Amino acid sequence: MKSEKSGLIVSVSPHIKDTETTERIMWSVSLSLLPAVLMGVYFFGPRAAFTIIASILSAVLSEYIFLKAMKKKVVALDGSAFLTGLLLGLNLPPSVPFFIPVIGAIVAVIITKQLFGGLGYNIFNPALIGRAFLLVSFPRLMTVWNEPAAAFIHLDARTTATPLGILKEEGVIKLIEVFGDKGNLYSQLLIGHRGGCIGETSILALLIGATFLMYKKYITWHIPLAFLGTVSLIAWIFGGQEGLFTGDPLLHLMTGGLMLGAFFMATDYVTSPSVKSGQILFGTGCGFLTMLIRLKGGYPEGVMFAILIMNCFSPLIDRGFRSKVFGAVKKPAKGAKQ
Amino acid sequence: MISALFRGGIHPPDKKNLSAKKPITTASQPDTVFIPLSQHLGAPCKAVVTPGQEVKKGELIGEPGGFVSAPVHSSVSGKVAAIGEFPNAMGRMVTSVVIENNGRDEWTILKDTPDFDRLSPEELRGKIKNAGIVGMGGAAFPTVVKLSPPKEKPIDTVILNGAECEPYLTADYRLMIEHPEEIIRGLGILMKIFGVPRGYIGIEDNKPDAVEKMNQALQEKETIEVVTLPAKYPQGAEKMLIKSITGREIPPRALPMDVKVVVQNVGTARAVFEAVRYGKPLIERVLTVTGGGIHEPRNLFVKVGTLISNLIEECGGMREDAVKVISGGPMMGFALPSPDVPVTKGTSGIVVMSEQEMVHAAEFGPCIRCGRCIEICPMGLMPSMLSIYAEKGFYEGAKEYNLFDCFECGSCAFVCPSKRPIVQLVRLAKSMVKP
Repeated sequence: MKSEKSGLIVSVSPHIKDTETTERIMWSVSLSLLPAVLMGVYFFGPRAAFTIIASILSAVLSEYIFLKAMKKKVVALDGSAFLTGLLLGLNLPPSVPFFIPVIGAIVAVIITKQLFGGLGYNIFNPALIGRAFLLVSFPRLMTVWNEPAAAFIHLDARTTATPLGILKEEGVIKLIEVFGDKGNLYSQLLIGHRGGCIGETSILALLIGATFLMYKKYITWHIPLAFLGTVSLIAWIFGGQEGLFTGDPLLHLMTGGLMLGAFFMATDYVTSPSVKSGQILFGTGCGFLTMLIRLKGGYPEGVMFAILIMNCFSPLIDRGFRSKVFGAVKKPAKGAKQ
Repeated sequence: MISALFRGGIHPPDKKNLSAKKPITTASQPDTVFIPLSQHLGAPCKAVVTPGQEVKKGELIGEPGGFVSAPVHSSVSGKVAAIGEFPNAMGRMVTSVVIENNGRDEWTILKDTPDFDRLSPEELRGKIKNAGIVGMGGAAFPTVVKLSPPKEKPIDTVILNGAECEPYLTADYRLMIEHPEEIIRGLGILMKIFGVPRGYIGIEDNKPDAVEKMNQALQEKETIEVVTLPAKYPQGAEKMLIKSITGREIPPRALPMDVKVVVQNVGTARAVFEAVRYGKPLIERVLTVTGGGIHEPRNLFVKVGTLISNLIEECGGMREDAVKVISGGPMMGFALPSPDVPVTKGTSGIVVMSEQEMVHAAEFGPCIRCGRCIEICPMGLMPSMLSIYAEKGFYEGAKEYNLFDCFECGSCAFVCPSKRPIVQLVRLAKSMVKP
């Protein structure tokens, strides 16, 4: 507000503010996914790039059209729709028909985000709901996995099974056989030379992005560490074929969409708990559900459903893990006997 | 001693270098002073002068209107021109005594007490009360009230607040550099009043020379200790300061005396010394005029009642790009609709902000639940939830989230990436529900 007499601005304290903005956070997270984008395009060809671009354009356009139609302030370029589109694109198989990212982006942005009140008010991770919708609506198209080729000219890419699929259907011996030996298996998983969604295959690229996000303090260790730690623990105890404590946690960490999910999707501010201690529970829950689906469920991969299910609990977790008010005597834990 | 830490807090750019090197200089005499009869928390004073009456510097012009109140004295010698309603820094109209300065700076008779060591606690309190001393850190709570806790609440520690955690402000810093002995003697008087054996002076570690000066002035006095506090806003908030120095936490809605502590600002301690030793009432104070929007930032010794616009002129005037004038610091001070309002006993600084320093918050976004505000809230609250509830009009919901434990330090609004006016929303909610 400006005083009419003096021309001075009158507003409530504080009068100085940090330079960080929501837009910058959104664009920074998008930037952190660049290594994964590059690796995905490198291995799966231009088709993967077009899928990502179609997804981003559809997301931003959906947001723009919806906000215009609802006569709301158009903030389609605040980076949030872009990020949703990017994440959805990275979560798709490389050679899906173009209507797939379009439908996914519409479901993600309009149904999952805008109809719940827009940025900040959605319960579920928009990109993941978009993907879940596509997976159950187009199960065949959504499970065609191209063989990574690292060539830009081939048109008829051969299809393959994902490592996690092989692990589930045929066991670890077969998986090692496919990749030659164990060392080769790990190194191929690390650089991303394997079948899978565009952005999930290169563990190295994802870790570079995650390091950037942690260094810039956009995300903290709480959710990813709890998530990955729980997965490792359960994989080690129950994941082996020769009884308890014979599983290979590394294999479970580096396959499927776990790294992409743990660092870039489960950490979504809006749909995860805000309180740090609650984030550890959230991450643990994600890890537990992921392994439950991977080991006992019908799908080979459980990251997406695990995160979506835990999204429901975020508000509840925030309530339960409210920090102690300064000077207040700590209340007995809920459910504790009085 | 290195202190324990309080939880949360922020590190805003402190910009103290604008004025930190400028020694305290006396502001030139104003032609007219506007002395509000209500400059403190509590009951306003009743005027005891009439228009046309001649007054001297230090003469009583307003009597306290209750127990929680403080008398007001003339800061100049001259003639009472009017008694009427004038705006104060918060934009309210308050009864003020307007005095035309004759420029002769004639003091009224003050009672000198060289042997003040012999005074009893009761006599000391009386002198502090009559001098109209209030907390000079900003809240302006009558000091004598703080010094008179009920019998069932014994005090075992006196703390002087030299943290000056507000960015930009350097008045307390300069005072500690230039008048350390007087501050220490003031603390000694406060300790004597309570009969406590220990006193502390808390100073942030971004002012190492102030720590050094105070330590030099202490000369191995073992009853007083200078505590170096990590520079972190709001280190100077009473609750945080007590926690950092003694480890004690004031329960919600309780006062420092409930944990046996009394906190006074370093400036207040100096005023206490001057009142007891020389009988000087609180009519002048040190304040910082600073900010990117002023030509020459300075630390000034100013008469209460001087118009802020006069001080801005004295500091070379506002720059072209000046857009905001703040009374107090940039974190908790308030923006002035006009600089034609007087300095009061609680005015710790004037910050003139330039366009570049401003972050316009006219447009703010939705809460993205990033949790930054929860991380830094020194009170352990969830400012995000307070702001969401208040924005939607669910004030009772905000109350559930400990609305009334918020003391509006502004750390949450500082870190919010969506630039949400959290403090404004908290104030709105507080005004809509009963505590």
